[in-house]
Amino acid sequence: MTSGEITSVGTAGAAPEHVGGRGAWFKKLPVVHQVRQSVGLQRGMLVAGLVLTALFVLVAVLAPLLAPYGWSQLRDLDGAFGAQMPPSAEHWFGTTVGGYDVLSRVVWGARTALLVVLVAVLSSIVVGVLLGLVSGYFGGWLDRVLVVVADAIYAFPSLLLAILLAIVISGGQSSMWGGILAAALSITVVFVPQYFRVVRAEVVRIKAEAFVDSARVLGTGHWRIMTRHVLRNSTRTLPLIVTLNASEAILTLAGLGFLGFGIEPTAAAEWGYDLQRSLADVTSGIWWTALFPGLAIVLAAMGMTLMGESLNDLADPRLRSRARSGQVAGAVAATSVEADASDPENPASAEHRENPKGDDA
Amino acid sequence: MSAVAPNSAVASNGAVASIRDLAVSFATDAGPVRAVDGVSLDVQPGEVLAVVGESGSGKTVTAKTILGLLPETATTSGAVVLTGREGATTDVVNVSAAKLRQVRGRDVAMVFQEPSSVLNPVYTVGWQIAEGIRAHGDVSKKEARRRAIEVLGTVGIPDPEHRVDHYPHQFSGGQKQRIVIAMALVLGPSLIVADEPTTALDVTVQAEILDLLRHLRDETGTAIVLITHNMGVVADLADRVAVMYQGKVVEQAPVRDLFADPQADYTKALLKAVPRVGEGTARAVERAATRPDGWAESAPVVRAEGLTITYPGRFRQPAFTAVDGVDLAIRPGEVLGLVGESGSGKTTIARAIAGLTPVSGGSLQVLGTEMRGARGRDLKAMRPRLGFVFQDPATSFNPLLTIAECVAEPLVVHGRARNPEAARARVDQLLEAVQLPRSYGDRFPHELSGGQRQRASLARGLALDPELLIADEPTSALDVSVQARVLELFAELQKDLGFACLFVSHDLAVVDLLADRIAVLYRGHLVEEGTGEEVLGGPREDYTKQLLASLPLPDPEAQAAHREGLHALRGA
Repeated sequence: MTSGEITSVGTAGAAPEHVGGRGAWFKKLPVVHQVRQSVGLQRGMLVAGLVLTALFVLVAVLAPLLAPYGWSQLRDLDGAFGAQMPPSAEHWFGTTVGGYDVLSRVVWGARTALLVVLVAVLSSIVVGVLLGLVSGYFGGWLDRVLVVVADAIYAFPSLLLAILLAIVISGGQSSMWGGILAAALSITVVFVPQYFRVVRAEVVRIKAEAFVDSARVLGTGHWRIMTRHVLRNSTRTLPLIVTLNASEAILTLAGLGFLGFGIEPTAAAEWGYDLQRSLADVTSGIWWTALFPGLAIVLAAMGMTLMGESLNDLADPRLRSRARSGQVAGAVAATSVEADASDPENPASAEHRENPKGDDA
Repeated sequence: MSAVAPNSAVASNGAVASIRDLAVSFATDAGPVRAVDGVSLDVQPGEVLAVVGESGSGKTVTAKTILGLLPETATTSGAVVLTGREGATTDVVNVSAAKLRQVRGRDVAMVFQEPSSVLNPVYTVGWQIAEGIRAHGDVSKKEARRRAIEVLGTVGIPDPEHRVDHYPHQFSGGQKQRIVIAMALVLGPSLIVADEPTTALDVTVQAEILDLLRHLRDETGTAIVLITHNMGVVADLADRVAVMYQGKVVEQAPVRDLFADPQADYTKALLKAVPRVGEGTARAVERAATRPDGWAESAPVVRAEGLTITYPGRFRQPAFTAVDGVDLAIRPGEVLGLVGESGSGKTTIARAIAGLTPVSGGSLQVLGTEMRGARGRDLKAMRPRLGFVFQDPATSFNPLLTIAECVAEPLVVHGRARNPEAARARVDQLLEAVQLPRSYGDRFPHELSGGQRQRASLARGLALDPELLIADEPTSALDVSVQARVLELFAELQKDLGFACLFVSHDLAVVDLLADRIAVLYRGHLVEEGTGEEVLGGPREDYTKQLLASLPLPDPEAQAAHREGLHALRGA
């Protein structure tokens, strides 16, 4: 045995021609690119996360078509549904103690959850990124104050803060949008420090890079440096935080609902509220009222966490696993001299990487 | 398979390390890339084998294979057979992790490039040396300490009994590298792999470390594999040289033969590209002769008088004075080379002239603007008349903009063009001037090589036709052969466009190629200033003399004599 015990790890999924090659345009789309890039367990996690998340979004968007009844519907043409009915042909997931159809509540609940996640994540990105950019770029006393405030928010238990804000914002109202905005904005306040910190740290790093110095030497204005040079380079990690935060937002929303600070059942369906109402059912053997909303929370949160975690790992070259070739393979990459020596009259020569010795040295 | 290779054919030639048909490839996102392609080398006992080549040639990967230090993504074939002091042989490529751990340190050890990141800052150096001893056998703490002190003495750390208990930050950079060498040496390996051991060090410290390595080879008979890109270091230390290019060994020869009579085309080109002190002096004299009358009296573009720059101290520590009372002037169309070691304040001066670092004392006039106490608005008129070329071409471009957009940025900012598209004609012209194909304007910075990026950087610096260009170590991140071409281009452009230039570098030979006058900085003070002929031909100050003597010459014969000169200077 001369060539050593080299095992082939992973699948043949990452064919060498795809990345960096001239593949079809859709292969370069953000998520598609990552799926093709991944191998083995990482690919499994990513695909599972994507499927669960897609399912969640689809159910939320298509709720009016999928749900057999409305979220606050208590009776149909045949009369009242009846409370705590076990799963049957009319009510696949049974009915709750309040007489609502569980399946419909679960489906409509996805819509509420999605809206809250969208509003919460969007508003926290806008506020967090803007504050982080200004704070990191200018530094000084403003930076110090903002960092202290962010740290102080961190120090609060986030759910307690969300409860406080839900009360302040909604003021006891319980309309659908009122409830959604209250939940979303209270989650925003908890998340802003995260975006603020990540963006600020990146901005502080980017600010010291030579290309920013180079812009300063030119006399470029602060605003132009901030938007053109700094901001675009410091948002690379944001998509990953977004996916992770989205799952956290679902859990916070469910927590608020469970504690009774969420949305009234007549205004919109909400999983946390349903779980709380089913507390008493569990001890008396009525399993369906708690199981399905609980499962919905777990699957939605898990889908986004899986997606976020695997995107995070794929974005870091050190954590990314790659398909290993069984033997020494590949061509020697062209090194700088010859490529650099390419004559301007012959611009194509640097691209002939297979034959870099074609030039005179 | 047993760790002791039955491959006696390889082991019988007496080499301490024998590399046969080594090939290494890495799994990357763009598919496998081959880094080493069929390399065969032998290292004889007590020999210094230099492996030279530009970045990407596979020299470091080869060195790391000898210690089995390649990352998981690497696939290796071939054999690397090590022979320990007891004669046991091990094939590093095909051995278990446990066996490999035994071999490391005992049969082969490594000296890394950057001593400050190799030493763990929270343990004493004695502890770190002892850790290596205790990893290979049951040695008492006392005995390990005794041996640590002994080896520290061997590598020339003064007062080792006392300093063994010091922490890494209490040593200078050169001393830290000595300690790293001591760690490599403590188990008496038959082979030390030194990966660019002096690249991070100043030239005067480099000379000391090279002396130490030479001394160790002679005293202990340890073979050394020296990975370097510096032909001066090769000429100073190596017995035999292997030149690597694109993963292959293109030439292998004893050091004198290689320098006197290189065979491979690549080696010839490499040797030709190495800058030598004294090459530029004639050109500077020629330029000086063609200056018009009254030029010496014309108003300088930069005039510093008693220039002092301090960095405020933190936590009640006193402020640090980086530049202390420097007087200098750059007249129109003149290239001033600023030379100094790390920490001498040369970059600080360059940044102060560009308005990136505030001036704290004295006076600094740049293009008629007083920089001391100047605010953003005051500098507005001066900005477009000044260009800056940064040290690291990899970081001085915004990675999200194309080269054309980056080069157009000065034109857009100063209102010469409304947007990058409108500036494209001028950008193409500039790219042509720095000998880059126009089509490169549509590429992103990472798609260019280091030398190409530095040309683009030059194009950006010249976009506004500046009267003054500041170049801060523009070639120190480049390979020698690329550096030669960039310097040539720089000299041509300077001649054609006639801008004044402050050229900052740590390399006397590079500065000599371009500069009309050379200023030597040492710890924030201007030590000596004059034309290349004056400073390099007959240095007045001791520091300049030492700097010049420490610079290894890329020629083994001349370097041997040059080294004697340095020793005499130190002794005096």
